[in-house]
Amino acid sequence: MLKQTIENLGHSTLQSVWRIGFAARFFVVMLLHSGTAFRRFGLTIREMYFTGVLSLVIILVSGLFVGMVLGLQGYETLQTYGSEEALGILVALSLVRELGPVVAALLFASRAGSAITAEIGLMKATEQLSAMEMMAVDPIARVVAPRFWAGVISMPLLAALFSAMGIFGGYLVGVQLIGVDEGAFWSQMKSAVDFDQDILNGVIKSVVFGVAITTIALFEGYDAPPTAEGVSGATTRTVVTSSLAVLALDFVLTAFMFRGLN
Amino acid sequence: MSNDNLVEIEDVVFGYGARPVLKGINLTARRGQVIAIMGSSGCGKTTLLRLIGGQVRARQGTVRVAGASVGELDAAGLYRLRRKMGMLFQFGALFTDISVFDNVAFQLREHTDLPEDTIRDLVLMKLHAVGLRGAAQLMPAELSGGMARRVALARAIALDPMLVMYDEPFAGLDPISLGVTGNLIRRLTDTLGLTSLVVTHDVQESLKIVDYVYFVSEGVIVAEGTAAEIRASGLPYVHQFVHGEADGPVPFHYPAPSYADDLRLGGVRA
Repeated sequence: MLKQTIENLGHSTLQSVWRIGFAARFFVVMLLHSGTAFRRFGLTIREMYFTGVLSLVIILVSGLFVGMVLGLQGYETLQTYGSEEALGILVALSLVRELGPVVAALLFASRAGSAITAEIGLMKATEQLSAMEMMAVDPIARVVAPRFWAGVISMPLLAALFSAMGIFGGYLVGVQLIGVDEGAFWSQMKSAVDFDQDILNGVIKSVVFGVAITTIALFEGYDAPPTAEGVSGATTRTVVTSSLAVLALDFVLTAFMFRGLN
Repeated sequence: MSNDNLVEIEDVVFGYGARPVLKGINLTARRGQVIAIMGSSGCGKTTLLRLIGGQVRARQGTVRVAGASVGELDAAGLYRLRRKMGMLFQFGALFTDISVFDNVAFQLREHTDLPEDTIRDLVLMKLHAVGLRGAAQLMPAELSGGMARRVALARAIALDPMLVMYDEPFAGLDPISLGVTGNLIRRLTDTLGLTSLVVTHDVQESLKIVDYVYFVSEGVIVAEGTAAEIRASGLPYVHQFVHGEADGPVPFHYPAPSYADDLRLGGVRA
């Protein structure tokens, strides 16, 4: 019994290490075969439509509601200390530093990441990738790399739009609904938000999340067993793994970026 | 290697992991011929096509196509060779997000700098050859199984290859589509000067169109000959296969303990 448990543990550990190795090799090969994604940028733009533009509705609506909730909660807390005018700072910094990149990435993983995995997995299951290979077209260069770069480019843009909508949501609730002074809301936000420390770090975070999510989604699709069950399992793994990766990476990046700030 | 032979497979051994699939296969395909590779499911027929296309490499032996040893080619050489090959996958493997026209145009756009007007004419010619010029603007989801197979055939011959490989081209087709597909394979081979390798277990349909047949069983070639020789063959395996008999050298039952033991007829029931 104990022997069996240890054997199973060893087996699953080895399997995990193998998969991480394969994923790392996949990532390197994908980068090395990225020439087509830039030479024929139309391919990448087409994928940006599917991963980015089609994610806009969920990103914008979620951003608006998150901002509105921030406005309500922030006001409740700030008024205790008589500093309601700082609502603009609270909303903007929360969104630009954390919520924008993180929540947008989680939504991106659920909508675009799962779609990428399912599409690549089904292309594999229906032999479309093999057909491409037999037509002397490299599927990594033609199918995988354009989707990777589309995801990496789309992610910071989506995070920026999420933050912008969130700030607008905070403004609607804080200024228009509750009555916080509009001038104070915007001017305090403008003076407190630093381009390098806040906005640029937020952009770096969202680029890192974009790399992580699209790599996981593409690898899971490419590595999926060519069956209905295999593709469904890979899609689930994409959402779970990339969501956990986003949260873990966020902690690491935050520790490096904002440690000891002020 | 004779110039007449487009494909030569010599003593090829291949397996997936510890499971051996091919145990010393020898096979030759002469230019201009339609060759059938037959055998029961899982005997390694499709693996043979994958070896010829360079998607997997033999553990032992050589696979030569047009004089080039496929296993020794680097990636660039392999891709150059594949431009001279076409492959029809079992269910067509059409790209589902683009139209029939764009599927057939795919290789022309990827591998040539032809102007779009010329590509249009070439695509319509290929679709006309398979009788589907009128379906150019349809999406793959709008096609029947037989039509999808024919579009895939038009795509496979888009670059005028010297070798076309067919993986189970008759699987799941109605009798009309079956006849149409069989005739197309023969007609395209003759008119375009191709060599065709057809992996199939549809004996009756394929024997009508092929020049030579290889029977694969348990990883080796167990019989070969022209269609007439195969029909007249007295070999038990070939006889069972050609006449579709349920039992014979290929047993009906999967290996199992004694039936009586399994039903516990001789012992005391718990």
